[in-house]
Amino acid sequence: MPDLLIELFSEEIPARMQTRAAEDLKKLVTNGLVEAGLTYGSAAAFSTPRRLTLAVGDMLAASPRTVEERKGPKADAPEKAIEGFLRGAGLTRDQLEERDTPKGKILFAKIEKPGRAASEIVAEVLEQSIRNFPWPKSMRWGSGSLRWVRPLHSILCIMSAEDGAEVVALDVDGITSGDETRGHRFLAPEAIKVTSFEDYAAKLKRAFVVLSAEERAETIWNDAINIAFANGLEVVEDTGLLAEVAGLVEYPVVLMGQIADDFLGLPPEVLQTSMKEHQKFFSVRNPKTGQIERFITVANRTTADNGATILAGNEKVLSARLADAKFFWENDLRTATSNEGMSAWVKSLENVTFHNKLGTQAELIERMALLSADLAPMVGADADEAARAARLAKADLSSEMVYEFPELQGLMGSYYAKAAGESDAVAAAAKEHYAPLGPSDDVPTAAVSVAVALAEKIDKLTGFWAIDEKPTGSKDPFALRRAALGVIRILVENDISLRMDRFIDAQLVRNKGQSNGDLKTDLIRDLVEEIAEHGVFGAAFKTVKERLAEGEYNDAFKELGEQVPDKSVDLLGFLHDRLKVYLRDQGVRHDIIDACIAMEGNDDLTLLVKRARALSETLSTDDGENLIQGFKRANNILTQAEAADGVEYSYGADIKFAEVDEEKALFAALDKAEAAIAPAMAAQDFITAMSAMAALRGPIDAFFDAVQVNSDNGTVRRNRLNLLSRIRTTCSSVADLTRIDG
Amino acid sequence: MSEKPQTPRSFQAIILALQNYWAQHGCAILQPYDMEVGAGTFHPATTLRSLGSQPWAAAYVQPSRRPTDGRYGENPNRLQHYYQYQVLIKPSPPNLQELYLGSLEAIGINMDLHDIRFVEDDWESPTLGAWGLGWEVWCDGMEVSQFTYFQQVGGHDCAPVSGELTYGLERLAMYVLGVDHVMDMPFNDPDALIPLTYRDVFKQTEEEYARWNFDTANTEVLLRQFEEAEAHCKVILEQPATDPKTGKRIIMAHPAYDQCIKASHMFNLLDARGVISVTERQAYIGRVRALSKMCADAFVQTRAGGWSEDAA
Repeated sequence: MPDLLIELFSEEIPARMQTRAAEDLKKLVTNGLVEAGLTYGSAAAFSTPRRLTLAVGDMLAASPRTVEERKGPKADAPEKAIEGFLRGAGLTRDQLEERDTPKGKILFAKIEKPGRAASEIVAEVLEQSIRNFPWPKSMRWGSGSLRWVRPLHSILCIMSAEDGAEVVALDVDGITSGDETRGHRFLAPEAIKVTSFEDYAAKLKRAFVVLSAEERAETIWNDAINIAFANGLEVVEDTGLLAEVAGLVEYPVVLMGQIADDFLGLPPEVLQTSMKEHQKFFSVRNPKTGQIERFITVANRTTADNGATILAGNEKVLSARLADAKFFWENDLRTATSNEGMSAWVKSLENVTFHNKLGTQAELIERMALLSADLAPMVGADADEAARAARLAKADLSSEMVYEFPELQGLMGSYYAKAAGESDAVAAAAKEHYAPLGPSDDVPTAAVSVAVALAEKIDKLTGFWAIDEKPTGSKDPFALRRAALGVIRILVENDISLRMDRFIDAQLVRNKGQSNGDLKTDLIRDLVEEIAEHGVFGAAFKTVKERLAEGEYNDAFKELGEQVPDKSVDLLGFLHDRLKVYLRDQGVRHDIIDACIAMEGNDDLTLLVKRARALSETLSTDDGENLIQGFKRANNILTQAEAADGVEYSYGADIKFAEVDEEKALFAALDKAEAAIAPAMAAQDFITAMSAMAALRGPIDAFFDAVQVNSDNGTVRRNRLNLLSRIRTTCSSVADLTRIDG
Repeated sequence: MSEKPQTPRSFQAIILALQNYWAQHGCAILQPYDMEVGAGTFHPATTLRSLGSQPWAAAYVQPSRRPTDGRYGENPNRLQHYYQYQVLIKPSPPNLQELYLGSLEAIGINMDLHDIRFVEDDWESPTLGAWGLGWEVWCDGMEVSQFTYFQQVGGHDCAPVSGELTYGLERLAMYVLGVDHVMDMPFNDPDALIPLTYRDVFKQTEEEYARWNFDTANTEVLLRQFEEAEAHCKVILEQPATDPKTGKRIIMAHPAYDQCIKASHMFNLLDARGVISVTERQAYIGRVRALSKMCADAFVQTRAGGWSEDAA
């Protein structure tokens, strides 16, 4: 069975696309082959900056012959219908077979497809694969219309067997296939003729091309750590950079260079970012001091001077880059430690729009500061310090370093705040208030950082809610889902119990005040104060409204009163949705979360999570699972009876009407459970409450086994319904069990 | 064919070597466009000529201005006025990468000692409504050129596709000449009777323009000029295709495009004065883009833009 070798040779493919492209080539070609009946033994794909390669082993030399039977029209069908069928089948009338069926005489065609030579199929499949290749971005070149990631120069396509190799002939927009490739652009540019994959890989190796990206990455990493180790240093690991660099070279040569002494005093993050982003250098640090002292660059070739020229050039470029960074760093430090200090930066943010409906960055910072102060006592932070931290947390957006390296935002602010003599907590908040950025990013734990990080996210959410820019479907341009998950994780992972409602309301009001010019500043301030006072929006709004003079109650204020409650509920719902995703990832079922969300106090997300986890744990026990059945049975009977009787059976069950032991036992069990549950719930000890609830399972099951609720005796029946009501009330004080599935 | 190139010793020797090289390889050597532009791409020989079906091959030096990059001539690498070398060939020849590498050899870069890399860098000009795919070319880790296959200009698909090469001349020359500060670079031959450095030629103007760009330029005037250029561009393009005086079909794509260039430069100056907010920025860029699109629409209705009587 022959082997197939394909290589698509082009101008330099972007590093980030290579691995995926090799996999896509494998998938497209092998799927095409299999679909055409060509099965194969093995397939492997490779990529370098200039080539995608696919090696298929043990492929059938031809596709098998196939026979397909096709059912046609009735034998006496109109001529037209029969003609159509014949055309479709590619047969003549005398080749059809008539068969008697229950529906009459029907025509059948037997279509035989002879097997096809593999070369024919490969040519078709490859051409289709090239034309339909799923590049993330593709282009045309010259006068052609073919699209490829960069100009495609040649196609190598051969089938090889023991008796030799043959070129699979194809022509894609003037590019004809052959059996030649080229080696390294500079070290071995000549054409190379190949006869098989083994021959190809070996010849490429001699021509300074390492075909496998993994092998290149491995070489780079091993050489890098060895050269660093030999100098008593270690390479800062960066797998993303390693993969990228492996995609920039066909023949990696690792070189270690010096960082001029002038720059060693820069923060390590600055060195690392500058070297990585601009130069794709690895950072090399001194394990004793943690300082970054050298760099590793990866050249694409060997040279007669062992890379001396290349290294000197790279060192020079780096010096120019770092001179820029140092210039920014020193200028920034000068500003931060000047009399005006970082507030000069905040002031210049007055000219930077955050969003055209939500004001400038400076206004955003002010809102964030107010909310940080509001939240501070709830998270154990000092209100003034939290507000101070919030006012400085984004100051570095005006710094030169962050303008140059946006990814250093926050971190630079923290350095500058320290230099400016701010407290450690304020400095840390600058760095940490953006966190968590991703689901695996750490959440801040220091109180001031927590207050500012929460404020940052709640302000963002309420701001975009205020102006109706909620995420829809896959569109979430302001990363609000991430912000919501951030709020959840900060609260839950720090075990902070906090009723969100009033903070959401207050911040909605502040953002509404920002986005609607008809709302006066002092009115907004009053309203926010009243919300803090009353804890609820409705009463606060009423109080402020009553204080207003005639005519001050304008449309904008009226609208505010109507909108805030709805938006607040909607935003809490959004947080709950995110919470469901968060908990589902931790194995808590959707319906369990729903059962807990339905309870009072669901704006305390930490409490909600505790309740859900406790319920989830309880329901995973045998008692818990069966309790649900008992509860549902009780609830169903009760609901039906209430509907039929038009009354609510809510109290008055009396043990003196109990007829059997099981009934009496249930009374006793409920007494016991209620006594245990109420204080446990008050102490937010859900585990205790729920295990007390689960203990009802036995008595409830026994009750239903022994007793017919709908007794002929009206008094007994009523008493039993009222007893069921106690089950409902008791269980429902823990969670809304009607929402549990099953 | 050509002898082993001599290692250049001055900024101008590098420019001359490039001029010679691309002349030898069939390009029309044009002169700089006589207007303030932000990059060589703005020259109509690139922007407009990349449109339509007519073949084209041109190379030229283009003085370019980026007011925000002014550093009073003190930064070793940053200038508000600098030179770009620009090559545009349509359709892009299959050996464009090799041609380009040849040009590096021509200015004295020894291919056996250096590490040349093509690193993904897609080009987009929001003001020109243009984009292309290509690379920045690295020599020992330094970006020495931008290499782009134009896909769209002024909102029009490029067919055939032009290959565009842009060399940042100062940076490239500093590297080849081994100079650390641009102002130290010999402009003419260091052994000339009157040797001149880049400092002698440009230090003073860098200072003057930096002061003007950052602090003195009258923003009201600039704003007015922006709006005048914008209005003017539209008026020019509103004229009927047939010139009433000569009776000829004369679509004034180039004069209109001049106004577009002017508007773009005014925008850059306003930006340097720091009076354009982030949100306004987008709006200004959109306005310039609208002009360049209109100019592109007009150009493809001209002969140079591929229009012909027979096809019409």
